[in-house]
Amino acid sequence: MRLLDIKDLSVTFGGLHALRDLNFHVDEGEIVGVIGPNGAGKTTFFNMISGMVTPSSGEILFKGESMIGLDPNQVTQAGISRTFQNVRLFANMTILENVMVAQHCRTKQGVFGSLFNTKAFQEEEKMIREHGEKVLGFFGSRLIGYRMDQPASVLSYANRRRLEIARAMATTPQLLLLDEPVAGMNPKESGELTELIGKLRSEWGFTIVMIEHDMNVVRDVSDRVVCLDHGETLAQGSFDEVSNNPEVIEAYLGRPLEKRA
Amino acid sequence: MTTAVKAKGSKKTGVDKFLTLLRFLLIGAIAIGLIAFVWQQIDPNNPFARWRNPDAQPLTAEQIKGLVVTGLSQGAMYGLIALGYSMVYGVLGFINFAHGEVFMLGAFTGFVTSNKLADAGLWEGGAFIPSVIMTAVLAALIATGAAVLMERVAYRPLRGSPRLIPLITSIGVSFFIQNAVILLFGPGAKGYPPNPEWLQKKRRFDLLGDAFAFEVEGTKLLVLVVASFSMAGLWYFVERTKTGKAMRAVAEDKEIASLMGINVNKTIVTTFAVGGAMAGIAGILWGLLFRSVIATTGFLPGIKAFTAAVVGGVGNLGGAMAGGVSLGTAEALAPLMLLEPLGVAGPTQLRDAVAFLLLILVLLVKPTGLFGERLSSEDRA
Amino acid sequence: MTTALGNNAASASGSALDTRKVLNVGAVLAISLVFIALAGLPVGLDPRQVVNGILSLGYLSLLWLPIMFGWTVSKQVVLEGMTATKQGVGDVITGAATGVVGGLGLSVLLLLVNQFDLRDPLVNWSPQLVDFLTFSQGIGLGVIAWPVICGVLGAFGASLHLLDATARRAVLAAIGAVLFFAIFETFITDLFDFLDDLLYGPRGGLEWYAALVIAGLAVAYTLSGAREKIAEVKGDYHALTGEAKTRQTAILIGLSAVALIIIPMVTGKITQELMANVGIFLLLALGLNIVVGLAGILDLGYVAFFAVGGYTTAVLTASNRGPDWPEWFPTTPWFVALIASVIMAGIAGLIIGAPVIRMRGDYLAIVTLGFGEIIRLLFLSDWLKGYFNGAQGITQVPPADFGLFEVAGTNPRSVFYLVMFFAAISIYASWRLERSRLGRAWMAIREDESVAEAMGINTVNAKLMAFVVGAVLASFSGAIFSAKVGSIFPTSFLILVSIIILVVVIVGGMGNIMGVIVGSVVLIGVLGGPKQPGLLQEFSQYKLLIYGALLIWMMLKRPEGLVPNARRSRELHQDEFLQDAWLKGEVDTDEDDDNPAPGGSQVAPA
Ligand SMILES: Nc1ncnc2c1ncn2[C@@H]1O[C@H](COP(=O)(O)OP(=O)(O)OP(=O)(O)O)[C@@H](O)[C@H]1O
Ligand SMILES: [Mg+2]
Repeated sequence: MRLLDIKDLSVTFGGLHALRDLNFHVDEGEIVGVIGPNGAGKTTFFNMISGMVTPSSGEILFKGESMIGLDPNQVTQAGISRTFQNVRLFANMTILENVMVAQHCRTKQGVFGSLFNTKAFQEEEKMIREHGEKVLGFFGSRLIGYRMDQPASVLSYANRRRLEIARAMATTPQLLLLDEPVAGMNPKESGELTELIGKLRSEWGFTIVMIEHDMNVVRDVSDRVVCLDHGETLAQGSFDEVSNNPEVIEAYLGRPLEKRA
Repeated sequence: MTTAVKAKGSKKTGVDKFLTLLRFLLIGAIAIGLIAFVWQQIDPNNPFARWRNPDAQPLTAEQIKGLVVTGLSQGAMYGLIALGYSMVYGVLGFINFAHGEVFMLGAFTGFVTSNKLADAGLWEGGAFIPSVIMTAVLAALIATGAAVLMERVAYRPLRGSPRLIPLITSIGVSFFIQNAVILLFGPGAKGYPPNPEWLQKKRRFDLLGDAFAFEVEGTKLLVLVVASFSMAGLWYFVERTKTGKAMRAVAEDKEIASLMGINVNKTIVTTFAVGGAMAGIAGILWGLLFRSVIATTGFLPGIKAFTAAVVGGVGNLGGAMAGGVSLGTAEALAPLMLLEPLGVAGPTQLRDAVAFLLLILVLLVKPTGLFGERLSSEDRA
Repeated sequence: MTTALGNNAASASGSALDTRKVLNVGAVLAISLVFIALAGLPVGLDPRQVVNGILSLGYLSLLWLPIMFGWTVSKQVVLEGMTATKQGVGDVITGAATGVVGGLGLSVLLLLVNQFDLRDPLVNWSPQLVDFLTFSQGIGLGVIAWPVICGVLGAFGASLHLLDATARRAVLAAIGAVLFFAIFETFITDLFDFLDDLLYGPRGGLEWYAALVIAGLAVAYTLSGAREKIAEVKGDYHALTGEAKTRQTAILIGLSAVALIIIPMVTGKITQELMANVGIFLLLALGLNIVVGLAGILDLGYVAFFAVGGYTTAVLTASNRGPDWPEWFPTTPWFVALIASVIMAGIAGLIIGAPVIRMRGDYLAIVTLGFGEIIRLLFLSDWLKGYFNGAQGITQVPPADFGLFEVAGTNPRSVFYLVMFFAAISIYASWRLERSRLGRAWMAIREDESVAEAMGINTVNAKLMAFVVGAVLASFSGAIFSAKVGSIFPTSFLILVSIIILVVVIVGGMGNIMGVIVGSVVLIGVLGGPKQPGLLQEFSQYKLLIYGALLIWMMLKRPEGLVPNARRSRELHQDEFLQDAWLKGEVDTDEDDDNPAPGGSQVAPA
């Protein structure tokens, strides 16, 4: 089933065409890798799906419904969640609070419940906390235990990336957009995370679109790869097809892809 | 600011609907008021004109011209003050709330100097023009000094902190200066000496034929002339000199500017200094026009000047001046041309409310101002 | 301003006299002293005694400065990795020299005031000032005395560096205790009548021997180690968890409640009035704290909701509301009016909030300020005069009648109890909200609005909710204010009120309930509200200046407030926090495969 369907999507910043007539789709249960040289428009592509940038033309359908013009929170509510390339955690909130706050759109207790500490409020709080701990537990023991009550700013770089993913998971999305999840990690860590990304689909049932420069990761997890350049789709298909596509190689300055990893 | 005007086809939230309603209401009220006014001018007995305002009387052409001139001269002063807000916001990305106090200090310097000169018999006597020039120079100097000092003491240490921190500090600075002036000079209103007869006299201009002839008080004319020259000078400074170029570079991107060998601190000080000088000149003009100054003189004109800067588009100097003039005119005309036809009693009391409503309206309808803002991308966030 | 200069020019050596620094800092000191003198504080505050016949508040308003400057100018900036050189006599000389330069400023001022007449623009350029500066002993003495006095005090300030930490604490405790007893005179004598004759002179102010005893007791207290004991108990309390902590907290709250009920019973009317005023502003500050402290929205028009609450109550209860209200419009008891006020304030919150909530934070500040002004102008206008009586206001607001008892301005104690009841509600509400789903959303918005939005938080609704909750708390205050004063005028709702509440919240500590309480007590209680006098009634002329100075000083030196909220201070001092955490080994490094305990992996940062 088509989960996400993007038709003729364009965006311009001033005179710059960041994306041009982009067509793209994701089926339920797929993991799609998005590659492309720096400045190709990959992050802009995510910004657009998540509602942070409004496209100048085109259509974004999620489960058959248009996402154009929705506020980012409405997009998240609809079931799309994302991480940020330049890790943007709530640095002064604790690790647990980071994943708790991300469940905002799945919960509903307001002023009344919290003031009168109603039964429903207590139950919901408990549920939020448990779900948060569960999501954090996905990354082994790194983010739980004493660490849960520390501010996110003390985390190491790799753990911040993990927390970003945990926070996105906590919104219980159907579609997860990961923007360079392994950037800045060492090979061991990125290998481990690659495995976890697989589990995100097999155990948690997320459909995933992932931007990544690390070709090993892309090769290992993607069902399908899309290469963007100058805001246009250069190639689509299996990793091997795309990575052997002469245009793609050209876009990466003529160097074979494997060596760039 | 997030997208204030949302794309079509969006899922509207309650707030969006309310805002749309609010826009319609505001614009509708303005439209009705204006139409009622026009009708009242044509025929005061027209039922539409009488609908809200049973004793509608048409304004005479003289009255309207008078209001326009008053509005223009007031607006020119707002514009001069607005330049300071606009430049500082362009360069540092924060609202220097205390800028209105810089203007007030200019007016106060003028009060002290002009009275001393009047005591020496120079003000009303033969040496009026040199006296005024001397007063203006002194006022500009004091205002510049105050602006530079506040940058050095209160704002520089806060550079790079969250945006609201310097704003809150500047509120403190404003409060401090206001009350320091009250304590030093006493709380009452301070009068300027009377202007000489030839300046106060009304002058008649009928360059465009009799229908467009209008009378202007000499003082208001002086305000307009001085404001235009100051604006022209500032424009030359910013657009044509090296320091001005440095200012624009710093406004665009501080880091890159400093890599290009621009002394960022010095440029920021210059920005405050130039803004301060303009406010000081505006202060003198204010004093000459209203002949009275009080410690709280800076507060409302300050906020209105900020409004003018936003209306014209923050960071945009021409816009600031245009915004000031539009605000001044709107403020002068709206009570009689809009509120009175809408049946509001005592409309001139609501002049200040008009200014704030204009600010809200502009931010609701065109948040980047009428002439577009010029800000670095980080300040736009 | 002073400390900035001091730090910049700080030299590491303790012995050599840095002439330039002394001259610079001394000049700033001189200017500050002259400014204070010309602003009229010394002469105006002179009648109020601190130590009877020895030190008046007027002299104190000048004398504290050389001490501060002496301390600052000789303060060493110890850079990391450098050992501090021992501070020595050189520092004391630096402090003394700075003081002398500052004192010379006053001498020059004295000569000028004596010689020329500048009273025309400068209202405090007066013979009284000469009299004050010469101690009524003739010009010559005054001119010589000030440099000497300031020099000695500068040296004193500097020599505080030489004392070891305990001794320094003892000295400061002594000064602090004497000041405390002097400032809280009315309050203390109200509570303990017998102390009036024992400690205080007939004209007010401590007797010299009482000051000595108090200072002595304070020193004894510091040296006895009682302080450490208290710190220990506090530590124990904070270390408690779960059930035990809840119980202890309940006991603490119970005790404070009992104290708050008993204190007004034994104090006099003036103190009760003061406490009632503190309460009214505490209520406002608690509300603004939700808007500014929790949600991070700088609302400068907060007074609008206070006004809406006040006017709604007045219109519904007063016998002389404007004539244009329709026939059927009811006159209600106070608590019905309160409910109406809450509803009206909530609606006003929505109407004002909706258009501004999407704006940039700083624009929002100015626009809300505009709204605050518009609402006041509307109450003042001829247009709505038929409803709100314009500038004459609504004057016959009856006391709040609860059947068994009545809350009226003539009985400030009843007002205090009523206010405390609502303050308890507000505190409880803030405390619950901060720890709820909504509170977390506000926190996230404060940290990074666009990420919060992307994580599914409807930022517009969340912020609007903060606005409305804040508005409702302000309306409580307005309703009580209206019944207390018995009349309501547009001039009670100037922008000034907004700004003073903002100062209270900021000085106390944004986002921290305890901070807001401390801020209200210290500022409103001691200095006074916009129109309400505080304990230092003599300050009423100068308090706004002090509010402004405090706001600047706090933003520059301690933006997190007197009682900081841990999270808020982390936000404001991110770098330092991370550095500390790293030094304590709490920072997580990339080496941690197995989640070591804190302090476990002391590896260099990545
Ligand atoms: N808000 C914006 N305003 C103006 N230009 C923008 C904006 N956001 C992105 N761009 C431009 O759009 C182009 C695409 O940027 P984008 O961040 O999507 O690239 P990317 O493929 O994610 O690159 P990278 O691999 O470096 O992350 C770039 O040229 C960028 O400068
Ligand atoms: Mg990118």
